[in-house]
Amino acid sequence: MKSNAVVNKIKDKAIWVVLFLMFVIFAATTPRFLSASNLFTIARQVSIYGIASIGMTFVILLGDIDLSAGSVITFVNIVAAYLMVNSGYSMTAAVIVSLIAAILIGVLNGFLVSTIRIPAIIATFATQTIFAGLSYIICGGVPIYGFDERFKIIGQGYVGPVPIPVIIMICCFAIGSFILNKTYFGRFFYAVGGNAEAARLSGIKVESIKYLVYALAGLFSGLAGIVMLSRTNSAQPTAGLGYEFDVITCVVLGGVSVTGGIGKISNVVAGVLIIGILTNGMVLQNVSTYTQMVVKGIVLAAAVGFDSLQNRHRA
Amino acid sequence: MNEEYVLELKNIRKEFPGVVALKDVSIEVKKGEILGIVGENGAGKSTLIKTCSGAVVPTSGKIVVNGKEFTSMTPQLAKENGIAIIYQEFNNVKELSVAENLFLGDPIRKGILVDKKAMEKKAEEAFEQLNIKINPRAMMRDLTVGYQQMVEIAKAIQQDAKLIIMDEPSAPLTSSEVESLFNICDLLVSKGVSIIYISHRLEEIFELTDRVVVLRDGEHIKTMNTEDTNIDELIRLMVGRDLKETFPPREKCIEEDEIILELENVTGNGVHDISFKVRKGEVLGFGGLVGAGRTELAQMLFGAAKKTSGRIIFKGKEINPRTPSEAIDLGIALVPEDRKNHGVLLENSVKNNINMPIYKRYSTASVINSKFELENTKKFIKELLIKTPSHNQLVKNLSGGNQQKVVLAKWLAANSELIIFDEPTRGIDVGAKFEIYKLINELVKNGKTILLISSEMEELIGMSDRIIVLAEGRMTGELQKEEFNQDTILRMASNLNNVNNINNINKSKFSN
Repeated sequence: MKSNAVVNKIKDKAIWVVLFLMFVIFAATTPRFLSASNLFTIARQVSIYGIASIGMTFVILLGDIDLSAGSVITFVNIVAAYLMVNSGYSMTAAVIVSLIAAILIGVLNGFLVSTIRIPAIIATFATQTIFAGLSYIICGGVPIYGFDERFKIIGQGYVGPVPIPVIIMICCFAIGSFILNKTYFGRFFYAVGGNAEAARLSGIKVESIKYLVYALAGLFSGLAGIVMLSRTNSAQPTAGLGYEFDVITCVVLGGVSVTGGIGKISNVVAGVLIIGILTNGMVLQNVSTYTQMVVKGIVLAAAVGFDSLQNRHRA
Repeated sequence: MNEEYVLELKNIRKEFPGVVALKDVSIEVKKGEILGIVGENGAGKSTLIKTCSGAVVPTSGKIVVNGKEFTSMTPQLAKENGIAIIYQEFNNVKELSVAENLFLGDPIRKGILVDKKAMEKKAEEAFEQLNIKINPRAMMRDLTVGYQQMVEIAKAIQQDAKLIIMDEPSAPLTSSEVESLFNICDLLVSKGVSIIYISHRLEEIFELTDRVVVLRDGEHIKTMNTEDTNIDELIRLMVGRDLKETFPPREKCIEEDEIILELENVTGNGVHDISFKVRKGEVLGFGGLVGAGRTELAQMLFGAAKKTSGRIIFKGKEINPRTPSEAIDLGIALVPEDRKNHGVLLENSVKNNINMPIYKRYSTASVINSKFELENTKKFIKELLIKTPSHNQLVKNLSGGNQQKVVLAKWLAANSELIIFDEPTRGIDVGAKFEIYKLINELVKNGKTILLISSEMEELIGMSDRIIVLAEGRMTGELQKEEFNQDTILRMASNLNNVNNINNINKSKFSN
């Protein structure tokens, strides 16, 4: 019993060991890696994945998946930019409206998955396509730019040496952790993902919880979209293309079980950092984009494989 | 080696951790006979036939098929040796045609192609042999349950089965379908096939079988020629045990004039026309065979399934819970039969499990009051003597008895007044069982009311103040404490409670 607990503890922290080793290896082999400016660059680069990964964590905790995350990012980019540039909305109003749109996309996902009962992988695949298409329609296929100067602050500003996106990410992680650990509905995410029927028989309204989770996933993806828009200062119809892949990789790498019910935000932080360091390190070492894709694919397979092996032991 | 027998089971013993499911059971099946096997829930019937199919490997004993000796079977071996089993759940593919199902896994081929024509022709021949009319081109999903079963039987014959084992074959059938089933059985026997027929319906045993085996608590009690026995003797043999387990004594807690729950003609979810009253502090037992509709009734009371008509009156007000969450808020709780899949959340901690239904109640602006959460958890761990190293222990690491206590703690924390126990001690060791019984006593003492669904006769009689018996979705009897009697309960559960009924069966037997 005792040794079992110790083993579990080590397993729980294994991701941090991986992170540390990867950090040491890149630090030893890549000269510019350890510089303060590069470390903040990494943090800034991962901030968009990091913010979106919180919503994705909730969805995967349910045992579902959200393939629409990338499209939500794009859609928010386009909508916010369109409102600011073409409709004369103030910065604040544009941000609020586009975030509401992101939440509504999540609610739509919730409707398809929870009420209509389409498997999440198909439902969110459909919304992914729908909102990628709508983004193109709104912007006519061309980038939108020319925002208020102040809008840049969200994605490009600094507080002291710390980039603002990093601060936003840290706040989001804190909120995510708070939701999972301190709120009653956060507990329900684990219950529903662990065993929906037992959760229902414990009095949990499983359908409502699913709606909530997808809405939150929409919100966090939307926030990531706003940060991205501010950083690039231009809304591209391909802005979030393929982002869900990296976000899912971060979350799964962070030990959130794809079968649902198991996972912690703190480890997702490690997952996000690993992907960030891996990407940054490979860029510094001049690894080609194509090779990077291969490596990330392998990392995703390895992370899920590790989870599946664990499941087999559990069973 | 005995030429006369198609199958001999010799001293089959099966031990599961903690229980002996079969205690050196020996039976023989003669060529061309129908052998009935009867016994209460948990008597070992299913385990016994699973040793023949290879689904269960016996701890010791021998299986002799047509003179060949085996220590255990595999599904493949069983098939090769002419043993086929018709389960209650059919092994068919709904989206394929009848003919394709008949040759599932071993289709007739022309080179690499499937020869549909040949399969359909063969299927037609097979059905002709059995005197049944089924279109081989029909889709399996379009057939009624009765016809699907016949396809299964035809498949067994197609595979040249010499012994067909039928496990509760009549359970899903209508009465006319049962009749056709019997005709097919007669036909099979006339072709020299042997049949093992397992049924809860004793009248069928008398109508169909040549000999009958009685099992009780994993032991072989007696094998008899069916015509030398009668229903009374069968029932006596099936239940004929002394009530040896002791139950903790209970003071009378019933408040005679306070009706807490009343059902008026409740129908739905497979049960019909259920009416009863429960008084506060009462333990009302529900007896019946597996599938009699007791769990289904509980699901309706708990809002987990919908009723179609009738009234449920709880604490003087008519209620109609549509979700478990509504029922819980009203004060109704369910301790489900399948503890691991429905009762507890295995991957969650003891603390989370206990507080799950009430988190919302004591959260302020969605934030859980962690101090209350912890105190609440500790209180119930202490009160119910839950053996766990800490409140953060995952429930999957607890023993069955302690998991059950966690379920109970959850409902006590939710302040439930009516607690429905569905097979509360299944798979729990004797010591923990006794503790659960004591807890039930404690509950009624504290003014809770209990509905106790149990398939264990001793538990039902030992713990209930009153017993309602269900059979095939209907109430077949109600017994006061002084009327409790194993024979009577089993009789009601088999829907044989009135003399008329039995006379009819005897008559139909003579006319055969």
